[in-house]
Amino acid sequence: MARKDRMAKPAKMLLNVPAIQADFPILKRTVRDKRLVYLDSAATSQKPKQVIEATSDYYSRYNANVHRAIYELGEESTREYEGAREKVADFIHAKAASEIAFTKSTTESINVIAYGYGLKGKIQKGDEILGTVMEHHSNHVPWHFVKDHKGAVLKYVDVADDGTLKMEQYDDLLTRHTKIVTVTLCSNVLGTINPVKEIAKRAHEVGALCVVDAAQAAPHMPVDVQSLDADFLAFSGHKMLGPTGIGVLYGKAELLEETEPLLGGGEMIREVHLGWAKWNDVPYKFEGGTPNIAGAIGLGVAVDYLTKLGMDAVRAHEMEVTQYALEKFDRLKGVTTYGPKDVKRRAGVVSFTIEGAHPHDIASILDVEGICIRSGHHCAQPLMERFDLPATARASFYIYNDLDDVDALIAGIKRVQEVFA
Amino acid sequence: MAVSYEMYQEQILDHYKHPRNKGSLPSATKNARDTNPLCGDEVVLHLKIDGSDRIADVRFEGQGCAISQASASMLTTIVKGMSLGDATALDRDAILKKLGIPLSAVRLKCALLSLHVLKVALGPKPDVSK
Repeated sequence: MARKDRMAKPAKMLLNVPAIQADFPILKRTVRDKRLVYLDSAATSQKPKQVIEATSDYYSRYNANVHRAIYELGEESTREYEGAREKVADFIHAKAASEIAFTKSTTESINVIAYGYGLKGKIQKGDEILGTVMEHHSNHVPWHFVKDHKGAVLKYVDVADDGTLKMEQYDDLLTRHTKIVTVTLCSNVLGTINPVKEIAKRAHEVGALCVVDAAQAAPHMPVDVQSLDADFLAFSGHKMLGPTGIGVLYGKAELLEETEPLLGGGEMIREVHLGWAKWNDVPYKFEGGTPNIAGAIGLGVAVDYLTKLGMDAVRAHEMEVTQYALEKFDRLKGVTTYGPKDVKRRAGVVSFTIEGAHPHDIASILDVEGICIRSGHHCAQPLMERFDLPATARASFYIYNDLDDVDALIAGIKRVQEVFA
Repeated sequence: MAVSYEMYQEQILDHYKHPRNKGSLPSATKNARDTNPLCGDEVVLHLKIDGSDRIADVRFEGQGCAISQASASMLTTIVKGMSLGDATALDRDAILKKLGIPLSAVRLKCALLSLHVLKVALGPKPDVSK
């Protein structure tokens, strides 16, 4: 597309995107001779060379199991692994590194909460767990287990047509029977940023805990567990420049103490006898088995990378790209976008449909152009049912995306419309 | 077509936009449905088998991507009038030949959904529970 066709672009982006792009080896490759336009960071982000080198460095220089080896390599691996825990704690403003347990994913983290605090712990028959219609499957299914095994009652706050939570309905559903409120900080389909601080405050007023799914928020905006007053919070490394297979469970210290471990085995014990065992201290009791050491170290470096950019700048950059994208989308006939229109209330996740073209076909045709987007139900089937959609296409932005990527997407959408005209 | 989108050749788009034998079939004697969870494709087949074990009539219903729906439409044109023996023996190659497009492993599932539904319909226990 010729430059003159574009809407006015800001003279200078808030992040130095070319410099950032240079850090990501994968962005140098082509797809069928086309420039790679990666717009699926909500599924998984790409990795900067600093993260790739850190994991490689662990395996090449000081690979040893953590917390056990008496020799120098083990000292180094333990120091780096625990150092990563401290970086993550600082990143979300936890009070102590011991409030951070490494898991394999957001999914595992939420399962630990649902199982260890809910199913094995505090939740009794008739207790209510209040979720929302916009949750990812990973914040639905673990609570189904608690319902099935403990007789808990599951209730859900609906989503309004504009993609925001119906807060007045939240007030109605919140009662003294509510024990847990579980909510995503940012929707992986609509991009909606939920008022979690307010949600947690009201939950606490009735004595309920607030569990926060921060999988889509932690990579893209400042997350402060003190300010949110979140009781538990979960996110994944791979969506925030880190390796796959590493996730984070944050919990207030006293709540982690009350939570039973999900995995029994090595590392998570203090002592084991025939027939019984005593758990290790928090957070180690949640880290049964040899952990993903390289993953944690890589995540620590990813946190360094994001911290150096500044999460406020990351957020501002994505607001700018999203604003530009929404304006472009608005001008397209036969294309519908979902979620809040105001970028202050949403993140850089744009779900859309094109009249006459199935989302899967949209993704296939964009793929021909080297553009990677998501299509499907995005692991949020209840939300898709709410909007009566079998599927949507979804583009999502991150620090390495610029307005040219948006232009490529919009041009690709026009090609889709040509094919299905 | 000017663009080189091999997957979206004229005959695919034609069957997608103008599906053959689409709709319900109250006189059907065999019915089956299945979905492709990846993209939410859905195909329902209604078959009317006559006294001489022929597929006297066929209809399909469904929703989904162009590949899955075009393939279902094409399948109905193949099996209409076919003997049960021939229809049961239909294999993926027959469908893929008819589609005539290169398909990735992921899209192969879309392309073969309707054949799978046909097999279920003609099998010993038609699965209509899903």
